[in-house]
Amino acid sequence: MNAPVSDSMPSALHGVLHVALVGNPNSGKTALFNRLTGSRQKVANYAGVTVERKEGRFAAPSGRTIRVLDLPGTYSLNATSPDEAVTRDVCMGRFDGEARPDLLVCVVDATNLRLHLRFVLELKQIGLPMVLALNMCDVAARRGILIDTDKLSQRLGMPVVETIAVKHRGTEALVRQLDAALPDLPLAPDANADLHVQVGRLLSDCVSIPRRTAQIDDALDRVLLHPSWGLAILTVLMFFMFQAVFSWAAPLMDGIDAGVGWIGTAVSTLLPDGPLKSLLVDGIIAGAGSVIIFLPQILILFLFILMLEESGYLPRAAFLLDRLMVGAGLTGRSFIPLLSSFACAVPGIMAARTIQDPRDRLATILVAPLMTCSARLPVYALLIGAFIPQRTIGGWFNLQGLVLFALYIAGIVAALGVAWLMKALRKDDTEHALLLELPSYRIPHPFDISIGLWERATIFLKRVGTIILSLTVLLWVLSSFPAPPADATGAAIEYSLAGRIGHALEWVFAPVGFNWQICIALVPGLAAREVAVSALATVYALASTSDDASAQLLPIISSQWSLATALSLLAWYVFAPQCISTLAVIRRETQSWKMVGITAGYLFGLAYLASLLTYQIARLLT
Amino acid sequence: MYYENDSYLPFELRSLMRLSELPHHAAATVLHVESAGEIDSIAHRLRDLGFVQGEPVRVLAHGPFRRDPLLVQIGFTRFALRRAEAQRVHVEPAQA
Ligand SMILES: Nc1nc2c(ncn2[C@@H]2O[C@H](COP(=O)(O)OP(=O)(O)OP(=O)(O)O)[C@@H](O)[C@H]2O)c(=O)[nH]1
Ligand SMILES: [Mg+2]
Repeated sequence: MNAPVSDSMPSALHGVLHVALVGNPNSGKTALFNRLTGSRQKVANYAGVTVERKEGRFAAPSGRTIRVLDLPGTYSLNATSPDEAVTRDVCMGRFDGEARPDLLVCVVDATNLRLHLRFVLELKQIGLPMVLALNMCDVAARRGILIDTDKLSQRLGMPVVETIAVKHRGTEALVRQLDAALPDLPLAPDANADLHVQVGRLLSDCVSIPRRTAQIDDALDRVLLHPSWGLAILTVLMFFMFQAVFSWAAPLMDGIDAGVGWIGTAVSTLLPDGPLKSLLVDGIIAGAGSVIIFLPQILILFLFILMLEESGYLPRAAFLLDRLMVGAGLTGRSFIPLLSSFACAVPGIMAARTIQDPRDRLATILVAPLMTCSARLPVYALLIGAFIPQRTIGGWFNLQGLVLFALYIAGIVAALGVAWLMKALRKDDTEHALLLELPSYRIPHPFDISIGLWERATIFLKRVGTIILSLTVLLWVLSSFPAPPADATGAAIEYSLAGRIGHALEWVFAPVGFNWQICIALVPGLAAREVAVSALATVYALASTSDDASAQLLPIISSQWSLATALSLLAWYVFAPQCISTLAVIRRETQSWKMVGITAGYLFGLAYLASLLTYQIARLLT
Repeated sequence: MYYENDSYLPFELRSLMRLSELPHHAAATVLHVESAGEIDSIAHRLRDLGFVQGEPVRVLAHGPFRRDPLLVQIGFTRFALRRAEAQRVHVEPAQA
């Protein structure tokens, strides 16, 4: 699979045309790729979204198959970070297991030609047939930018097609061009010629531009990047986001809650008592149902994340916070990987590939798991819902939303602290680059946002249907067998394997206030955080002696746990690396088990410490 | 304007201005990018990004903490540069 490809014969001879999309970051390569191949790779409005090559295929009108590669964006073939190196190697035919493409499609942003054409000229030197895709023609037209494509094509020595990657049929001209015969090799430019001078000439001969920047960008940046206003707006925005997660979701959650309860009651009245009924009602419905309730909160969180990603605001936030992150031993470039980790640490850790400096990159990877990922949301929401009263503070703020905000802040502060410590330990005072491009603002497209949310919903439901469900069933088995002896007095689960494990672990976790039910739930919860919620639901459903099938988790824990225990569990979840996929991706990205060990070790250590402090202090106070 | 008297300065002094010292919104053109040390990938990248002789450049804003980083407009693009990066870029303020 990974064998280097020996045959240097263009694969076009075999009937399949092999095309690679290359260009500067944020020029719309992935948007084009998705439109051409019908894929759904991530598109967002900042530099460095794509960090690895992606392959897709489509059939051209003539029936010929075209294989398309989407590549990470880069400013030059002189790569400075791992993602840029991928693009360089593929273009040069040096990438293991990837034949050199037959044709390069250079994707440029028609509103940013001064920068993007230089890279096109640089690419001419590597000696592959090329096509120029002038993307974002819609924006260029709106800004009154006129481009003489015939002249540009003649001067560049390659076909030029206009594309609008975000519009239906916006790539037809490109498809027609790909379906035609391969264009001739462009003449390699004089090796000594100054590419910038050539770009200047191309621009003055072929392009007319009323204004170098969009007026709206200038106006927005004056406010959003203002030293004091900018920070205030960023804070309000973040605050609003977490408020909304709680206050908007409530009615939807009540609906789902009622639905799950109704199904549970219906099933338990239909089925006779026995293991099957217990598996369905106590295991599957109580377990999976307890997690599904949190779908609305997750979708609201993603609504904000998707809108921020597409608007172009994220790099601005990085700009505002860069200095703080440098102080902590990170870089403004860590901001986007860390922010992606609010969705999930796995893509966040992968996004760290855009960081040039290896030490910065490692620091970012090691602290990314501290960002509050969306899988923590069910745990937080459950505990907050059970223990924090629904109260309005100062006529404005929802107390539950405030606590959630505080938990997110706790994750961020912990990440900065750990990064700072790492920096202090390695005594590093070398210079680290920022060089971050700030893109034009864009209005998020409601259709794209809905598709994004739909995808998120399916991902979440798939998780519930696969990993969470199977672990819940497994836990049900472990909690139901071996069956209690005939003369048993307590609940059956006390005698089961899981019950014994829970009681054994209770000894370790007694100082932090976890009871044996929590200890049981933490074990399958190592695989994925939400599993802890479904596991708790199953454990309590099995342990309950009443026959009330709709016995819901939230009222049970709010009546049985102390506030100190709940706060301690919240503190545990801020830190504990209860996620196998995160550890796996750290292994893949750092190529080192040692780093996995260090990460897991320090996170568990911090988690225990934080829970211990929280529990002991809370017990003194309450 | 800050640099009205600029033309009285001898040329060498004018050219000593660095992008990190340029007042906000003052028009200037790039003279050259200085490399720190033998191989300076940051300087190289700055040139690739368009910081080359004759390009108009402007500083539009600075970050809230320690006036760092800088928001710089070069060509049609905006970049965030740290002061240490902007220091490598020598500029000549435009004549008022
Ligand atoms: N208006 C308009 N927006 C576009 C067009 N093509 C892409 N975009 C937007 O441009 C932004 C960048 O698109 P991507 O496809 O992620 O860019 P990319 O080149 O893959 O970026 P990297 O992966 O970071 O190199 C997104 O916000 C897209 O919605 C277009 O033709 N018109
Ligand atoms: Mg991309």
